[in-house]
Amino acid sequence: MTSQTRGSARPNQWLRNLNAKIASIPMILTALVIFVGGTSWTVLYSFTNSKLLPRLSFVGLDQYVRLWAAPRWLISIENLAIYGFFSLIFSLVIGFVLAALMDQKIRFENTFRTIMLYPFALSFIVTGLVWQWLLNPQYGIQSIVRSLGWTNFNFDPLYNSDIVIYGILIAALWQGTGLVMCLMLAGLRGIDEDIWKAARVDGIPMWKTYVLVIIPMMRGVFITTLVIIASGIVKVYDLVVAQTSGGPGIASEVPAKYVYDYMFQAQNLGQGFAASTMMLVTVAIIIVPWAYLEFGGGRKRA
Amino acid sequence: MLKLVANNTIVSEYEAVPGRVTSGPHGPKPRRILSRRNIVVYGTLIVVALYYLLPLYVMIMTSLKGMPEIRIGNIFAPPVEITFEPWIKAWAQACTGLNCDGLSRGFWNSVRITVPSVIISIAVASVNGYALANWRFKGADLFFAILIIGAFIPYQVMIYPIVIVLREMGIYGTLTGLIMVHTIFGMPILTLLFRNYFAGLPEELFKAARVDGAGFWTIYFKIMLPMSLPIFVVAMILQVTGIWNDFLFGVVFTRPEYYPMTVQLNNIVNSVQGVKEYNVNMAATLLTGLVPLTIYFISGRLFVRGIAAGAVKG
Repeated sequence: MTSQTRGSARPNQWLRNLNAKIASIPMILTALVIFVGGTSWTVLYSFTNSKLLPRLSFVGLDQYVRLWAAPRWLISIENLAIYGFFSLIFSLVIGFVLAALMDQKIRFENTFRTIMLYPFALSFIVTGLVWQWLLNPQYGIQSIVRSLGWTNFNFDPLYNSDIVIYGILIAALWQGTGLVMCLMLAGLRGIDEDIWKAARVDGIPMWKTYVLVIIPMMRGVFITTLVIIASGIVKVYDLVVAQTSGGPGIASEVPAKYVYDYMFQAQNLGQGFAASTMMLVTVAIIIVPWAYLEFGGGRKRA
Repeated sequence: MLKLVANNTIVSEYEAVPGRVTSGPHGPKPRRILSRRNIVVYGTLIVVALYYLLPLYVMIMTSLKGMPEIRIGNIFAPPVEITFEPWIKAWAQACTGLNCDGLSRGFWNSVRITVPSVIISIAVASVNGYALANWRFKGADLFFAILIIGAFIPYQVMIYPIVIVLREMGIYGTLTGLIMVHTIFGMPILTLLFRNYFAGLPEELFKAARVDGAGFWTIYFKIMLPMSLPIFVVAMILQVTGIWNDFLFGVVFTRPEYYPMTVQLNNIVNSVQGVKEYNVNMAATLLTGLVPLTIYFISGRLFVRGIAAGAVKG
């Protein structure tokens, strides 16, 4: 393999570094055709009345008007908001508390970590199906507690429209908190030991050191974790499909499922495109400020 | 005299080992084993660990019971009579639609999807990361930035255009199409992983090879590849678990006869016809989870590194 820079005359600009350019063709195609092209295509066609096949007959914002009037979409958004809010709060709190416990120079740290992280290796489908079984009112947790004597005990989230989204939340937290714990633990390990010594010398209680000193110092880790959890929340799909299939009725529908059903089952592409564009907007609302804070603004980050 | 020398050597040997400085009392104050702090810390951790283990335990127990025992018993009780019937049924006889040849079909489909997808995506991304780290050309960073931003775009936004592209190419519904999709969506995180790793290798190596007249591919195969086996293992763990666990792409981009294991599992368990056989369902669920779980338990720390890389940077 000869190097392109070896020629006597100044080589053609395009041929310089040719192999690297060839090697980057998949990346360039993916970036331009799929990411930029595909996204713009979907956004463009969300303004059309495509039904079974994509057609370029523009109808303005009709699809969006219809979308925001559809009860199923409104329920999806409401579910996503509840699920998102609680899974953010709980994953961050549980993840941090567990990481703080793991950071107490305990024995068997590896065993505990292995146990807490294994659900993360499992797919959402497996997670959803296991929790569907555990939350089965006839045989699962509800029946166990009832057989222990509390005969009025009610815990059937998957069959109760009002709380079904919390049933999904339980499964999601079981699957994902281990990861948050690991990220937080890595953050805690990055903190200088001297901070702890100084706090101890000053006689500050441990919990106060965590709240007033350590957490502010871990701002970066928290923000990164937040972005990871948040972009995962918007995509939630498999878990719902496996655990409840959107039911009972439409009580546990989520936006990603709405998109899939309208694109591939209801043959209403325009609605699907509009809904997926709304998902894109949601992600942009999360990502853009973060990206600006992290990389933009000309400010060096800590 | 001799003894003294020997002693000295021992002392210096001790000092050579980091963290074993033997000058007077050191380290934290020794604690009693049953202090209140220990009870709180270990107590909480053990309760939490039990909570995490509970679903796995229930899965295993349920899958080893017969249906009559499930109907009368409680899900936490170990089986009175162990039976492997549900496992056999889940693997070889469970029905999805008209097919009653069990999860084995999905398993082999998943193998046929995962193996080429992992190899191709890692090959493409590693060469790509290498080009980005060592052979930067004008505009490369821009494409890379688009790639990384693209990792945050919900898949739902790009699915339909990809369906059209694959249909035009005549590979929509086939395994080839799905493998391509996995390669595309694996690219951002893998490229980042490899780019950062290669950029962290000493530059002198690269320069020396260049001076000796080695070109793009020679340096890649003779120098970079042998030096980066750990990162290839991390990438493999990341991809095998990710692709094995995928559901959305499997259901969108393949025909039913090529459905991966996760999709077939969901169809078996959530099918509305017939009597629900919870033991078979749990055996099937365990079977599907077995591959990523095995990788997880074998790879240990590398898995943590893989997901940390995947998560933090993705």
